[in-house]
Amino acid sequence: MNLIVCWKLVPDTVEELVLDADARALDPEAVRYKLGDADDHALEQALLLKEKHGGTVTVVALEAPEVDDALWTALAKGADRAVKLTLPQLDLGTAALAAAFASWLRSAGLLEPAETFVLTGSQAMDDLEGELAPYLAEALHLPFVGVVSGVARDETGRTVRVIKEFAGGLRGEFEVPLPAVLGIQAAERPPRYVPVARVRAVMKSGRIEAADVPLPARPRQWQPARLYFPDATRRVQWLEGPPDSVADQLVEVLVQRGLL
Amino acid sequence: MLKPVLVLAESLRGEIPDLTFEVLGAGRYLADVMGVPLYALLLGRQAAPLADRLSLADEIVVMDNPQWDPPGEQASAAALLQVRRQTEAGLILLAGSNLTLGVGAVLAARTDLPLVNFCRAARVEEDSLVLTCQWCAGKVFAEVRLSGAQGIVVLMPGAFPPRTDHQPRSAKVTPLAVPGDTPPLTFHRYLDPEPGAVDIAKQPVLVGVGRGLQDRSNLPLAEQLAAALGGAVCGSRPVIDQGWLALSRLVGKSGMTVRPRVYLALGISGAPEHWEGMQNSEYIIAVNTDPRAPIFNSAHYGVVGDALELLPRLLEKVQARKR
Amino acid sequence: MDPVRVSWLGVPGLLLLWALAATASGLFAWRCLRLVGLLKQGRFEDRFDHPGRRRRHALRHVLLQPRIFHERSIGLPHFVMFWGFVIYAACFCWSLMRGLLPFLPVPYPEEVPPVAAALEFFAVLVLLALGVALVRRQLVAPPYLHRSRDALLILAWIGFLMVTTLLGAAFRTVREGESHFVASPISHWMSGLFSELTVSQAGKWEAVMWWAHMVGVLGFLVYLPHSKHLHLVAAPFNVFFSQAATRPPGDLSLRGIRHDVTLGAARWPELTWKQLLAGFACAECGRCDRACPATASGYPLQPQQIVQKIRQQILQHGRSGPLARSRPPAPRLVGDVITPAEVWACATCMACMERCAVWNEHVPILVALRRHLVSEGQVDRGVQVALASLQRYGNAFGKSERLRARWVQAPGLTLCDARREPVEYLWFVGDFASFDPRCESATRCTAQLFVRAGLDVGLLHEAEWNAGNDVRRLGEEGLFELLRQKNQQAMTQARFQAVVTTDPHTFNTLRNEYSWNGSAVPVRHHTEVLEGLLASGRLTVRRPLAGRVTYHDPCYLGRYNGIYEPPRRLLRRLGLDLVEMPRHRERSFCCGAGGGRIWMTETERPRERPAESRVREAATLPEVHTLVVACPKDLAMFRDALKTTGCEGRLAVKEIAELVAEATLER
Repeated sequence: MNLIVCWKLVPDTVEELVLDADARALDPEAVRYKLGDADDHALEQALLLKEKHGGTVTVVALEAPEVDDALWTALAKGADRAVKLTLPQLDLGTAALAAAFASWLRSAGLLEPAETFVLTGSQAMDDLEGELAPYLAEALHLPFVGVVSGVARDETGRTVRVIKEFAGGLRGEFEVPLPAVLGIQAAERPPRYVPVARVRAVMKSGRIEAADVPLPARPRQWQPARLYFPDATRRVQWLEGPPDSVADQLVEVLVQRGLL
Repeated sequence: MLKPVLVLAESLRGEIPDLTFEVLGAGRYLADVMGVPLYALLLGRQAAPLADRLSLADEIVVMDNPQWDPPGEQASAAALLQVRRQTEAGLILLAGSNLTLGVGAVLAARTDLPLVNFCRAARVEEDSLVLTCQWCAGKVFAEVRLSGAQGIVVLMPGAFPPRTDHQPRSAKVTPLAVPGDTPPLTFHRYLDPEPGAVDIAKQPVLVGVGRGLQDRSNLPLAEQLAAALGGAVCGSRPVIDQGWLALSRLVGKSGMTVRPRVYLALGISGAPEHWEGMQNSEYIIAVNTDPRAPIFNSAHYGVVGDALELLPRLLEKVQARKR
Repeated sequence: MDPVRVSWLGVPGLLLLWALAATASGLFAWRCLRLVGLLKQGRFEDRFDHPGRRRRHALRHVLLQPRIFHERSIGLPHFVMFWGFVIYAACFCWSLMRGLLPFLPVPYPEEVPPVAAALEFFAVLVLLALGVALVRRQLVAPPYLHRSRDALLILAWIGFLMVTTLLGAAFRTVREGESHFVASPISHWMSGLFSELTVSQAGKWEAVMWWAHMVGVLGFLVYLPHSKHLHLVAAPFNVFFSQAATRPPGDLSLRGIRHDVTLGAARWPELTWKQLLAGFACAECGRCDRACPATASGYPLQPQQIVQKIRQQILQHGRSGPLARSRPPAPRLVGDVITPAEVWACATCMACMERCAVWNEHVPILVALRRHLVSEGQVDRGVQVALASLQRYGNAFGKSERLRARWVQAPGLTLCDARREPVEYLWFVGDFASFDPRCESATRCTAQLFVRAGLDVGLLHEAEWNAGNDVRRLGEEGLFELLRQKNQQAMTQARFQAVVTTDPHTFNTLRNEYSWNGSAVPVRHHTEVLEGLLASGRLTVRRPLAGRVTYHDPCYLGRYNGIYEPPRRLLRRLGLDLVEMPRHRERSFCCGAGGGRIWMTETERPRERPAESRVREAATLPEVHTLVVACPKDLAMFRDALKTTGCEGRLAVKEIAELVAEATLER
């Protein structure tokens, strides 16, 4: 199996976010990046498939501060190759990032084996232009399924059965021909823990490859007119009166929230 | 001259999911402001009988395909593309649901339309559409201007009020042939959630109960309220400890982290170990006898009072509203 | 008359004795060498430093056995049996030497009246002790007592040896015809039973008893290393090599190792030889199980079982000599023999080690097993989230490190940055005191007290990371190394004379596991510092407090570091009436949060959580209104337990600094 995991790091919202001077982007000096949860699950799913059926796992990530940490961790968890893609410009839209991934994957010949999976997190909190997985599928002209929480390989190796999550616990099983792009929502098992000592050992013995990719033709689909912080000091709105009237007010609130 | 609005209506197992009516409502509003027609595309297996539920739209295009149960993302996008060509729609509205996730991106890749995700509010200014989107899990908001009101917009669940009403005049229903170039994605079967097992992390509404509920015999009231609201009951540590609820219903430390659309906290003081599990709920309504209970620091709506007095009245009114 | 001159079935006694002695000691030596050979298959660690200190430690604890006396019903009997054993072993050697080498110009021990009297005295005492042990075992056996055939066999054996001694003395009395009533009342009395015997018959019976005794002891020698009484041989070495003899037991680092500790131990040969020796030294007395809060709460851990399972593994799968290489690998300890649930149930409170009469070290063994699980990525979800957060933000709360010193931003609090200006005390605040909202008031009080007393104190602010005490005890050694490096790096940028912290866990690792560039930096707990400030008058009690309070000794302050008095003195200075809980000082009962337990997800409700047991214990004390703690984790655990036990309202949980502030600061 040829398992390719594509990562774009996301801003870490545990840290205070700071906007740049004209309030149209995050201040690149202040922002700290981390691996999104769904991307972590995408790697885990790839590792589980490799453990079950053999093959290689290649993690391809876009350059960002702290991307090395994430890639070393991936190698320590059992990925075979880690590649860092550098673009001449930061702050690209998701569609352009997908184009960058696609051009490198093609030029590196990574898509040639028939039994190829491209896995990436099914969604990320900075997907303002939409999700990476479907853009990637379109750029590579491959079939795509998103919100996947289970992958089972067919005996022939030509198709794969995936579980897609709908809502309220309902799921559906689809069959997809390979090669395919899968947007992973959750791996079959939660991402594994890798001890720090193993990561440090890999940092001594392993290697992160680096590659430059050209700037895609259309870096962004749109620019925000402005960014701003929502009113952080939200204050509780008191509902007062006898229980009957409070119940009426609450029903109104529930109606406003679309629950009734 | 502004172009028409097109919404994608989902169908799943012969039902139209609730989120579709939010998208439909938003589409109706924008189409009215812009003075353009509203089209709805209904996809799925045996979807045709559902069309009349969408008659808030001016015209409903139905693609009924036995293999689409439900369609894949790329198939939906191909269908939208075909309808867009025929209707010359400029603005396409999609639900931010698991079913539709990815459809917008495929469509954006196949057209030159810009895609705007996580939209929480929309207004029309002259010939532009001005959208408010959340970014980074709601920590930052972005204001986006789509000139000519052209683009693909994915709406945040719960951001727009759903509309299930009808137009005074009946909508036109047009059946359409299925596009031929769909990728060979085969649907096999549905997997139902295990009966009894409730994943509280996936509930749109949670009724959280704490020690303020006083006695186990009061729990069924909370359960009925949760059921009426389409959600489930969960609890804080003391309630779980007393064995009122299974451990899988624990919110907070040692339990689950939940982000429902509405979290109704009944008799929960909001100790940090509970709070950390539910702080990111979209809306928090807290009922507690102590006005200084920490739960009120993170609540949107607060009621100072006895949850037990409120609960039966609220249940009655909610059930009355549902009927 | 010399018993070796008697022939048995035509074999001269001397020859027979030589044959028996050679066979028995040969078998004993062969067994011991095999056991040592097995120990050598364990990993190396250096326990050979400070031989003088080790000797003193071993002498005290082998000869006086103070820990045995903690349990009264068996303390004295065991002590008597031990000293009886020593006297008898010495006399046996004497008797054997005299028998083997008949030309020696010395009498047999029983021919020396004072020795004979001593032997008789001890025989009677030992028989009485045996009676107590037998009654305890068979009639009023405490539920924890592990009843085995082995134990009964040994008791019978000892009884046999004592009885043969007494009978031998009685026959001697008959043979010699003279009475030593004063020195040997029992044999004198018993000789009356055999008064019809002739002198030669009595002499014959005396020889029979001598031989029976010798054969009994030699048989015991062969049997001993195969039984739980191996502890007679192994325990003295175990005590001699124990870590507590030379350095604090709270230091988890191993000396002189040649292996990668981060991988832990999957199979028995991956434990160190000292950890394996624990299995041989264990007397199966169950003191550890009785002390263990996990066992008491119904979690699936019994420390003695861990040690015993390892011993079984060694004996079952260990082969020494040329066979060692051809044998199949031993089963995995965790998974095959010990369940992960057992390994994770430990709160590393060290109650087991504190009680163990043979000074076994259970916690480091469990940590070695945990390290293996961690190296395989097998960790609890909650633990994984905490560890990931610690790697990224340096705290387990998932908070940005920039918020670490946010609590300082309060009016009237000016704590300087120790990285910018030199200070007397570097306050290492710790995670819980910095981030947990339940600890905010206690941390602020401590700060206000320091400021009020004019203590020159500074923080590392965001450069402080979790000190790593619990991370290390969870078995994440690599992360501990990382955290320690980060902190040591930050501390090299600061100038200070001493370190103070409110968190006993942090205190333990800073004090025992951090190196301070070779200089000895005192690490002090805030209770010590506050006590000093009150004693020197830098803080004065303005409003003495009244009432009865009780104090919980935090594991990492008390058992780990022996600090019991400063917090007690502090409470008395405030005017409080301190009432002790039944389990106090060394016997303090853990709250259950240590060793990373605080991060673990609870999958099922135990019988009674340790913290709940502790809160109930405090609540039963008459008129005690406050449970005083000196650890931020205790504050969080006990306040939680107050709610779940329904003791809220009856009892309050307060951090000691909150009380000091109440009594000394102006409102």
